[in-house]
Amino acid sequence: MLDIKGIWKTFNAGTVNEKTALRGVDLHLDNGDFVTVIGGNGAGKSTLLNAIAGTWLVDEGTISIDGTDVTKLSEHKRAKYIGRVFQDPMMGTAATMQIDENLALAMRRGKARTLRTGISREERENYKELLKILDLGLENRLTSKVGLLSGGQRQALTLLMATLQKPKLLLLDEHTAALDPKTAAKVLETTEKIVGRDKLTTLMITHNMRDAIAHGNRLIMMYEGKIVVDVSGEEKRKLTVERLLSLFSQASGSDEADDKLLLG
Amino acid sequence: MANFIGALPGAASQGLIWGIMAIGVYITYKILDVADLTVDGSFCTGGAVFVMLFGAGVPVPVALLAAFGAGLAAGLATGLLHTFCGIPAILSGILTQLGLWSVNLAVMGMKANVSINVNDTANLNKLWVSLRFVTSVGDGSMPFYRHPIVVVGVFTLVVIAVLYWFFGTELGSALRATGANGNMARAQGINTDVTKVLGLMLSNGLVALSGALLSQYQSFADASMGRGAIVIGLAAVIIGEVIFSKIFRNFALNLLAVSFGAIIYYMVIQAVISLSNINTNYLKLISAVIVAIFLTVPYWKGKYLSKPVKKGGLPNA
Ligand SMILES: Nc1ncnc2c1ncn2[C@@H]1O[C@H](COP(=O)(O)OP(=O)(O)OP(=O)(O)O)[C@@H](O)[C@H]1O
Ligand SMILES: [Mg+2]
Repeated sequence: MLDIKGIWKTFNAGTVNEKTALRGVDLHLDNGDFVTVIGGNGAGKSTLLNAIAGTWLVDEGTISIDGTDVTKLSEHKRAKYIGRVFQDPMMGTAATMQIDENLALAMRRGKARTLRTGISREERENYKELLKILDLGLENRLTSKVGLLSGGQRQALTLLMATLQKPKLLLLDEHTAALDPKTAAKVLETTEKIVGRDKLTTLMITHNMRDAIAHGNRLIMMYEGKIVVDVSGEEKRKLTVERLLSLFSQASGSDEADDKLLLG
Repeated sequence: MANFIGALPGAASQGLIWGIMAIGVYITYKILDVADLTVDGSFCTGGAVFVMLFGAGVPVPVALLAAFGAGLAAGLATGLLHTFCGIPAILSGILTQLGLWSVNLAVMGMKANVSINVNDTANLNKLWVSLRFVTSVGDGSMPFYRHPIVVVGVFTLVVIAVLYWFFGTELGSALRATGANGNMARAQGINTDVTKVLGLMLSNGLVALSGALLSQYQSFADASMGRGAIVIGLAAVIIGEVIFSKIFRNFALNLLAVSFGAIIYYMVIQAVISLSNINTNYLKLISAVIVAIFLTVPYWKGKYLSKPVKKGGLPNA
């Protein structure tokens, strides 16, 4: 489903701020894989997701999604294949537009925008049904401006928007990190529900080791722009925090894992 | 005072004409969230194109359409400088505006001022709006529907109706999303470069149309007629918002508020001039001060008068 071969990315090349954030990352995801991604601050997790989404082009390497080479495609063209939820709850929705208008925009992801109506009556009814899965009562606030919603509500809405048109790939960048624990748990639960229902191929970054272990069928850990740990199948199911920490120490040759990874 | 009241219908007409320009500014400033300074140039472009074409015997509707087209082209230039060449929006607008100064003069045959011959009655009667019609309707020599307020009013309503429809379409929604949150728009597959260019074109098309109406109304185009237009446009947008935002919620009504804002602004200026016998050279300074005041009011209101907002989300969120 997703094939990444040897991608490199350096920011601010040739300046004092030069930073190589990806150092030859290879990654292959099968259809329906739910992969959790962990790693310390600045390890390159967000950069990896941005590279896939096409926020900018990579310096080297190739990325293909379901057999289509997207390496040179711009962000809006790749959006056809990708659903995204960002870490910042403000980023995934248009605050000055209504809930139904946001959903209507997402319903047309990857399609040409024509002079047909931006949102039809039947569509609206349909959104009412779809919002129920979030269990936040948003189905009764269809015409409220999204800016009036709380961070958690906005993240849940963004998740629904990302999956409204079944994406080939769902990218979640610490999408619960900005939420209080109770809200975070709820959004995570909704994530499980939707990913399970639609069998979505998913990459989910998290800072929480327990979440990374509890969710998905595969776990990768990044360190200094590389994937250093990759566990799946039976090994993933039996994974414990202790085992993960020792895997990290082996791979990175340091024990700074405890402070860097256990936080959060 | 009598002077001022006598000037009211004319002032309202001219305010309405500026209102169409202000609606153009609303599209960039409020919907697309870019400050576009092309306006000062494209306003005159519209006027120049109209006067030259009309002078050459082109029918009014065709000349108006051509002026609108010229505005689209000006917006396209700014849009491409911004998206394709990566120049910041403000600077792109300034560059186009600067270039348009020469273009406008060239359109007017290298003259700073070209007028429509309104002493020729046949010619005058071909026009859709003219300052002279205000008196003609007043003394009964013309039917009321030729009054500039009526004609420009209908124009304004048509423009609002078309925009209301457009911003409800998929493409129009994409434009709104681009202004509201570019990241989100791109993540939903919207080419935000294209939508920005489109918005800038549409905006400047309306600005040029307004310029064409004004030059028709005053029966001349002048190379400097667009100077300060952006400020007038912003003033109208903000005055409309400050005064009507509590009553008007619907998008079409918001656009109407902009038009009202332009009328109010123009009347305030007229009042200042006729009541104080002020040297008209101070007009730009007065305009700048009025706009600054209207920009300050909402800011201070938000800063000092708003109730403290509770931190944190709703309990079930
Ligand atoms: N657009 C950018 N411009 C410059 N440097 C960047 C950019 N994006 C990321 N970086 C740098 O690349 C490195 C990796 O950043 P990245 O955001 O991928 O880390 P991360 O693993 O997501 O960390 P965190 O857990 O803090 O979110 C960091 O040093 C960061 O400063
Ligand atoms: Mg990150």
